[in-house]
Amino acid sequence: MLETLPEVLNSLTQPLNIILLCTGVLAGIIVGALPGLTATMALALLLPFTFTMESDTSLITMGGLYIGGIYGGCISAILINTPGTPSAIATTFDGYPMTKKGQASKALTAAAISSGIGGIIGGLALLFLTPVLAGWALNFGPPEYFWVAVLGLTMISTLSSGSMLKGLIGGCIGLLLGTVGISPVGGESRYTFGFSQLQSGLELIVILIAFFCIPEVISMIENKVKSQKSVRREKGIVKTLFFNIIKKPFFIIRSSFIGIITGIIPGAGGNVASLLSYDAAVRFSKDKKSFGKGNVDGVVAAETSNNAEVGGSLVPLLSLGIPGAPPAAIILGALMMQGITPGPNLMSQQSGLVYTFLIAFVIANVVLIIFGLMGSRYIGKVLSIPVSYLAPSIVFLTIIGSYAIRNNFLDIALLIGFGLLAYVMKNAGFNPAPIVLGLILGPIAERGLAQSMLLGEAAGNVWGYFFSRPISIVLIILCALSILLPVLGNLFAAKNEDSQERMGA
Amino acid sequence: MKKLALIFSSMVSVILLASCGTNASGSGSAEDYPSESITYSIPFDPGGQSDVEARRQQPYLEESLGQDILIQYKPGGGGSVGWSELINKDPDGHFISGINIPHIILQPLANDDTGYQTEDIVPVAIFQATPIGIAVSEDSNIESLEDLVKKAKESPGSITVAGSGTYSGHHIASLQLEHLAGIDMQYVPFDGAAPSIQAFLGGTTDVIFGNSSDLIKYQDDMKILAIGSEETFKPMPDVPTFKELGYDMTPAIDRGVAVPPGTNQEVIKTLEKSFLDILDEEGVKEEMYNEGFQPKQMGHEESMEYIEKKTKEYSRIFEMLKVTCNDLNQSNETPLDKIPLLWNYQKGCRTWRVQECLRLYRKY
Repeated sequence: MLETLPEVLNSLTQPLNIILLCTGVLAGIIVGALPGLTATMALALLLPFTFTMESDTSLITMGGLYIGGIYGGCISAILINTPGTPSAIATTFDGYPMTKKGQASKALTAAAISSGIGGIIGGLALLFLTPVLAGWALNFGPPEYFWVAVLGLTMISTLSSGSMLKGLIGGCIGLLLGTVGISPVGGESRYTFGFSQLQSGLELIVILIAFFCIPEVISMIENKVKSQKSVRREKGIVKTLFFNIIKKPFFIIRSSFIGIITGIIPGAGGNVASLLSYDAAVRFSKDKKSFGKGNVDGVVAAETSNNAEVGGSLVPLLSLGIPGAPPAAIILGALMMQGITPGPNLMSQQSGLVYTFLIAFVIANVVLIIFGLMGSRYIGKVLSIPVSYLAPSIVFLTIIGSYAIRNNFLDIALLIGFGLLAYVMKNAGFNPAPIVLGLILGPIAERGLAQSMLLGEAAGNVWGYFFSRPISIVLIILCALSILLPVLGNLFAAKNEDSQERMGA
Repeated sequence: MKKLALIFSSMVSVILLASCGTNASGSGSAEDYPSESITYSIPFDPGGQSDVEARRQQPYLEESLGQDILIQYKPGGGGSVGWSELINKDPDGHFISGINIPHIILQPLANDDTGYQTEDIVPVAIFQATPIGIAVSEDSNIESLEDLVKKAKESPGSITVAGSGTYSGHHIASLQLEHLAGIDMQYVPFDGAAPSIQAFLGGTTDVIFGNSSDLIKYQDDMKILAIGSEETFKPMPDVPTFKELGYDMTPAIDRGVAVPPGTNQEVIKTLEKSFLDILDEEGVKEEMYNEGFQPKQMGHEESMEYIEKKTKEYSRIFEMLKVTCNDLNQSNETPLDKIPLLWNYQKGCRTWRVQECLRLYRKY
């Protein structure tokens, strides 16, 4: 690593690279903040411009854009309850309630700081642990995917605020929505109703906007949500928040760790990372009831892990040539256009380039914190726009965004249809989070289950294949704990109350 | 409620505006072609092999056609979403789409609601191919395809094979080999080439079917037993072809470009020349070989014939599958009622399910 230092320094001190790094981060934040426009899409748009660049410049710009895009998603999540990218789902859970309480700039500041810190931890893991982590990624087979999805589904208990039954029903609806399209193993098309566009399944982002944003906009129009004329500006908020976050190293490291691990596993992206991390934050918190009502820790947990995930998703790309997430796939494409074939030898053959990229990656996260903090002072002002302008603009943006994802008109129809359904369901007391959870995890679970059954069958022992692999066992124990602990906790609490009552009597 | 009505009217107006945009395009005659920018649709995610090729072609095409080439991604359904869009576009040559063979042949065979038929797609040229190869892990005790076949015969159904997708090129290649060698292996479909490689490198499966461009990246970690090219594949001089080993199969993914049905012959000629000339540019072929691609130079007519030939070939394979299926149906060796789910999946992957056999039977 040291012998490449001069090359790295030389590349990173070039004015063009520095400017493009900052521009990339800034452009990423803007694109990420717009609902429907994702980091993946921004990278795809940037791709043609990178051909004429030097390979280090193109990688630096793309890395900046990727990081900015994942962070940008939190802005619309916090301000209008719409995850700008799927990674920001969990940010809505507490971010939007904070906005309702007039704490939008606090939420945005917390998101900027934690995103940056998460990103830096992810970047450092990428820098130092790539070979170790890559080997670990390969041990993750179909049964592990299945169990990780099951573990994720146990989060319904955390996410279904209010009625557990409604949470479970929501989860089932989500699982059902996840079956639309060509089945992963077997290849027949399901629930497409003759629309060939549905063969690829329901687009996650469209469903996200439909379930999170549309009901909120309708409420806004119904004057349930008043436009927030004044977003409170608190002095010294950055300092306080920063120290608050730093004071909880375990919390930050846990969130980053979840993010990095999820990122390494190809197929599970920032959305799963932020949900798992949010779930962990709630479970380990002493004050569980405050989550979902505007607890800043919820925002910190989600944002730390989804930005740490970025680093994780690049591990398999740089070490094996396998992209861990869709944006990483585009970076792989960009490398190929440069005549560099990412594969197991990338680290040894292009070490200068790889280390330049990795260090730029860490720097980009610092740039992100700066931009994020500068922005969070002003961006909250969006909310002071009168509802009569704000609501149509949001609808306009979401419709453009839904169409842009796949250039598909059917997606707009789905957005409106599911949006109305979501509004009705919300009024009936259904939380959108379990539905979206089912939709994200259902296909991962199904694929894992079917592939494991095929593999287990070939090995002659289907049950053994599911229950005997080391990582599987860890995941199974986590699943069991996740389900049993709240139940046991309740029992314990009930007994305590009992005895206290008796003591009192 | 008034306000609700307002929001829906605004939604509707946005949609109307957007649809106007698409209807307005598509003018101009064949003489002044191309009269506006050309949309080059890639029915896959960015960064894939089709995208890499399109990006390589983009500057050359802009030079020869004198118009901007806009690359658009329309992923989904293994390409079918993009191809259904293609056949419904105006046939004026300003919307072209990348095509993959055998995808465009196999998808309509596998599902009724694919949204296009193979013959709707009018190929302009085929310019690139990745022969499909079979490989085992570097530390496997299998040294050759013969070893693999011998091992598969010793323990039928226990060798696991990774590949990308069901009813895909990899799946059919695996079935072909099973048929020609008289063996029974367990094909496990993954959600794309990258996840299947990851599973294979992690030891999840014993064997992998992969595209040459992917295999070449990992050739230090695996032993490539055979490759699906017609003759020795230039980037892999030491790897025998399936044919050389006595298995009459040439599995490959061919990539080309197509226009909607009803496109003027002159327009096709113009595009054909632009695409085929790229391969004669200096350094292009070398670049393709280095990335593990096989350059091809098939024009409109030749591509049509090729697709027809391949369609016949794949139909034959389906015919063969049908027989296997009927055999399975008649014999009572699979305990149907015992584990219905497992049975369903197993049959869905290894052979055709009974209903599908019947459906196919009606089709031919």
